[in-house]
Amino acid sequence: MSFDYDKYIRPGKLPHIWCPGCGHGIVMKGLIRAIDTLGLQKNNTAIVSGIGCASRLPGYMDFCTLHTAHGRAAAFATGVKMAKPEMNVILVGGDGDGTAIGGNHFIHACRRNIDMTYIIMNNNIYGMTGGQFSPCTPTGAKASTTVYGNPDPAFDVAKLAIGAGATFVARGTAYHATQIDKLIAEAIQHKGFSVVEILDDCPTTYGRRNKFKSVIEMMNRLKDIAVPVKAAEKMTAEQLEGKILTGVLYKEERPNYTDEYAKVIERAKK
Amino acid sequence: MAKKVAFLQGNEAAAQGALYAGCTFFGGYPITPSTEVAEVMSVELPKIGGKFIQMEDEIGAMASVIGASLTGAKVLTATSGPGLSLKQELIGYACIAETPCVIVNVMRGGPSTGMPTGPSQSDVMCAKWGTHGDHPAICLTPASVQELFEETVRAFNLAEKYRTPVMVMPDEIVAHMRERIVFPEPGELEVINRTAPSVTPAEYKPYDTSFGDVPPLAAFGTDYRFHVTGLNKGQDGFPTTKAAWVQAEEERQVRKVEANVDDIVQFEEYELADAEVAIVAYGSTSRSARFAVNEARKQGIKAGLFRIKTFWPFPEKQIAALAGKVKAFITPEMNLGMCTGEVKRCAEGKAAVHGIFRVDGEPINPGQILEKIKEVK
Repeated sequence: MSFDYDKYIRPGKLPHIWCPGCGHGIVMKGLIRAIDTLGLQKNNTAIVSGIGCASRLPGYMDFCTLHTAHGRAAAFATGVKMAKPEMNVILVGGDGDGTAIGGNHFIHACRRNIDMTYIIMNNNIYGMTGGQFSPCTPTGAKASTTVYGNPDPAFDVAKLAIGAGATFVARGTAYHATQIDKLIAEAIQHKGFSVVEILDDCPTTYGRRNKFKSVIEMMNRLKDIAVPVKAAEKMTAEQLEGKILTGVLYKEERPNYTDEYAKVIERAKK
Repeated sequence: MAKKVAFLQGNEAAAQGALYAGCTFFGGYPITPSTEVAEVMSVELPKIGGKFIQMEDEIGAMASVIGASLTGAKVLTATSGPGLSLKQELIGYACIAETPCVIVNVMRGGPSTGMPTGPSQSDVMCAKWGTHGDHPAICLTPASVQELFEETVRAFNLAEKYRTPVMVMPDEIVAHMRERIVFPEPGELEVINRTAPSVTPAEYKPYDTSFGDVPPLAAFGTDYRFHVTGLNKGQDGFPTTKAAWVQAEEERQVRKVEANVDDIVQFEEYELADAEVAIVAYGSTSRSARFAVNEARKQGIKAGLFRIKTFWPFPEKQIAALAGKVKAFITPEMNLGMCTGEVKRCAEGKAAVHGIFRVDGEPINPGQILEKIKEVK
């Protein structure tokens, strides 16, 4: 029997705004399957986003949904989670939204280890505004504002999250669709700030400028560069050249913020 | 039983007023000269099971209070000039998403870092025009520690009643001075709570104007699920670019404040009945003005004071009516003419308007105002 996605989609809100070939829909379906697996209640789950193509996702989802300002999802979500720690809070957004204008909120949410899950759809570009380079655009790549090739080095989102203190960091790709729900489900179950980076594609504003002939070629690239962390252990540095690790990259148990604040309340009441 | 009396700093009174109003969430970022508000809230909120969070920056602080407000909490943040500039992005968000929140902004010198420890009144235009786009603005400018307490309570009431951000803007003098304060008993001051939806979750729309210009706001984490966005939205909360909807919603958001000015605007008239010279002042400057009026009266000069308590919406009707009675207005303020311009606009040339402007970090003293009264009488 096929999976019933409609159960979680707001009636009348589709079709979505994403272009044909965009991976964001694959991620949304993965998120829905993860939510279904965990049995999260719609009324008790907030999905929060910033601005950009990926950040339109909450509008389609039949939950408590908050489409905030550019880069601010983590800060709004922190307010929701602090005020109602019993709610599940899931953040979604793109690479520009999360690591450029939202970079400060992102690293501090990691540092606090506040119990929320952040799904970053990394398509290496600002898609909604027409393809300007983001902090995740590879050096040398073409964007509408780097027609001579991007001089900037790129962020490694997962390393950034780990360095800032996130206690669960995973990476998947839009090609590996069936892995997405498993990574997201594990992230949501983790107590603390969890980050799931999904390498994604933007054929419209990135692919066509960077000599990808088709969406299939972009997807195949994701397949080719992805190496599961376990497999990577048996590979040489040479073999790993140009590859990107996927799976659960980091996990640690550390007190989470709202539990710690509950202790503050206890101490203050004494 | 005797009421509780204390010797309190203005910022401490603002925090106590917030607690009286039922505030359970504070999100902030340290900034002089408003930090004591955050400090008091960090001590008091956890005692009542409330939440205090020091965010990574001013924008994050504003974001956190909006997020918390959407769960049904009464929320507060506090800042000063440079922080107010940063918060403008999300003050606009709170306006369009119609999320109640209170912002205490202690006015210090500007622009930019300016004079962090000096008093100023130069943020009053920023309270109305700081964020882009058309939007409602409510801004209160208390003049004493007692009033800062009471006006903070009123700010929460207005925020909840009109589903909009409300600013309380003491100048640094009012925020940092210490005065006697008599704490109102619980129930003595009106406390307004958010109107809960009266329809079922299935029928609920977050911007349903069949309930009037201020539709009831449900809370996240209850039986009501809804969508909130900073985009122009329809009654169901979802983005729309339909011209008629956008126009109607924009007009309603402004109208819910502009059509209720008589409920929102408060002021004090002092010795104005026969006045020939009217001083229009607010905040600590109004205290110097009152002293100057008393001195002028002793010298036989018919001077009076119109004290602005609600800066936005501006008391347009009252100033216009006064303009038909007095010969001249004097507008002392710690900026280069922000209120003065408003008074000129409302006076429509019927009375001369003479400003007294200081931006040197020093207060305007009664002597300076008295001198001007004698000059223009």
